[in-house]
Amino acid sequence: MLIAKLLFLNIWRNRTRSLLTLVGLVVSVLAFGLLSTVVKAWYAGAEAASQARLITRSSVSLIFPLPLSYGERIRGVDGVRAMTISRWFGGVYKDTRNFFPQFAVDPPSYFAIYPEYLLAQADRDRFYRDRRSAVVGRRLADQYGFRVGDMMTLKGQIFPGQWEFLIAGIYEGKDEKTDTGKMYFHWAYLNEEVKRRNLSREAESVGVFITLVDSPERAADVSLSIDGLFANSAKETLTETEQAFQLGFVAMTEAIVLAIRAVSFVVILIIMAVMANTMSMTARERTCEYATLKALGFSPGFVGRLIMGEALLVALVGGIVGIAITFPVASAFHAATGTLFKSFVVSPSITLMQLSAVLITGVVAGLWPAIKSSRIRIVEGLRAL
Amino acid sequence: MIRIENLRKSYRRGDQDVPVLDGLNLRVARGDFLALMGPSGSGKSTLLNLIAGIDRPTAGLIEMDGVDIGKLSDSELAQWRAQHVGFIFQFYNLIPVLTAFENVELPLQLTSLDRAERKERVVKALTAVGLADRMSHTPNELSGGQQQRVAIARALITDPSLIVADEPTGDLDRQSAEDILAMLQRLNREMGKTIIMVTHDPKAADAARAVIHLEKGQLGRIVEQAVGDIPC
Repeated sequence: MLIAKLLFLNIWRNRTRSLLTLVGLVVSVLAFGLLSTVVKAWYAGAEAASQARLITRSSVSLIFPLPLSYGERIRGVDGVRAMTISRWFGGVYKDTRNFFPQFAVDPPSYFAIYPEYLLAQADRDRFYRDRRSAVVGRRLADQYGFRVGDMMTLKGQIFPGQWEFLIAGIYEGKDEKTDTGKMYFHWAYLNEEVKRRNLSREAESVGVFITLVDSPERAADVSLSIDGLFANSAKETLTETEQAFQLGFVAMTEAIVLAIRAVSFVVILIIMAVMANTMSMTARERTCEYATLKALGFSPGFVGRLIMGEALLVALVGGIVGIAITFPVASAFHAATGTLFKSFVVSPSITLMQLSAVLITGVVAGLWPAIKSSRIRIVEGLRAL
Repeated sequence: MIRIENLRKSYRRGDQDVPVLDGLNLRVARGDFLALMGPSGSGKSTLLNLIAGIDRPTAGLIEMDGVDIGKLSDSELAQWRAQHVGFIFQFYNLIPVLTAFENVELPLQLTSLDRAERKERVVKALTAVGLADRMSHTPNELSGGQQQRVAIARALITDPSLIVADEPTGDLDRQSAEDILAMLQRLNREMGKTIIMVTHDPKAADAARAVIHLEKGQLGRIVEQAVGDIPC
């Protein structure tokens, strides 16, 4: 009990130094947690993606649409259970800063393939009935204050002009990984308007075909079969799993993700060095006390444990506070970044990594001073007053 | 009680061995109160450290109650010190964050005594040094003399047979120094503690039963003294 008290009291002997070390630890653990969450969020779309869904797009580039007529042939491929379409719209809501993804889809078939989007029956009926209506995700609705019944206007970037939509419903996510930051509206409405407005865009076209296969094991065979249907045609296709499709987007920004990951570890290395320096100074100042304890009969191991215990205690206190504030800061960060991240959740694995990082920091910071102080000769230590 | 034969101690300084104690022989009887005096570098503190088991001799024998402490391993020596030696330092060497009570209790952490027994002993020791009303004070809330009395209580708490004191009055004013010396005399006379004290102060040395002068690592004069009471 007395030893535990000594351990605790020792931390507060130099309050300014201890507080600054703790602040450094808190900030480092927070930064590590936040940056790790950014990295994880970057991959969240791919993680949430299904292995049983395939995306078929133009083999040249995603920006080239495919004819709608491909759909019937894809539907006939052995192993395809369901098929739907989607086309990227790319509109702006009020201001170019207000970016969020909008897709023109065939609502009944789309929502059948994506059961993770939960839409109330009344909203669903309203959406399916009205071609000029749209549904938005809960996060998007919260961010922009959209309510069912509101009219909203998008300024088309790919499809020029003003596009007005009635918000027919707000969908929820099945779990926190589900992206509720998107807007869906009728592909039929887009197609009609493209023709009516005489836009220089291809009508009767889609961005991607999404197919649901019988089982994930058949994904490779089905992909090859689909692409085989359109081989040597004017518009060849490339089919891959939804996860591979999402990872393709992540790969475009791999260097940034790598840099963020590196910075998160550098932050920990810096605090490790700072804390090691603090512990070294602390142990050096108390050399005489440690020598006194050894003279009184306490073992070198006891002195070592006293220093190591203090380093671990400081690291743990700083770490726990850092971990605790990671959650509200992450929420605020997510809110501030709008729809940039589909999901921004501090996962248990990140919390575990933070905890491991502080424990390693404590051990590394305390190890050398603990060894050095435990080995000090008593007579030399007593002179170090 | 203590038998020292042909004791040698030298330190390495660069490439050279610098002898500090050179073939020293000494016997200390149980219940003695010795003062070690001599000029700086004469080896008095080194001798005290060797007797207390906080330093190792280069050669020779130090035997206490039949135990050759030079042959003990580091952990055995630590255990031996905890059981047999009480330390009083010039600058008290108290742990600043602990109270007087806790500082005195510290050596008892190495024993199997339970909390109630430890408390009883600490209260008794602090009462014996006149600090019953200062138990909850930290060292910086105590005067130098009071801090040294806490250190004496700490030295006594495990009931060691030997007390070593290195300049115990060196940092105190005259009145406090006299109080401390009177206390050491009482420990020696009434409790039968063997005390070896290093001092530069002839007045402090007067409190001892015998004064041993060291010169250049060798025993010089040994003066037996009739000791008068130092008022406290």
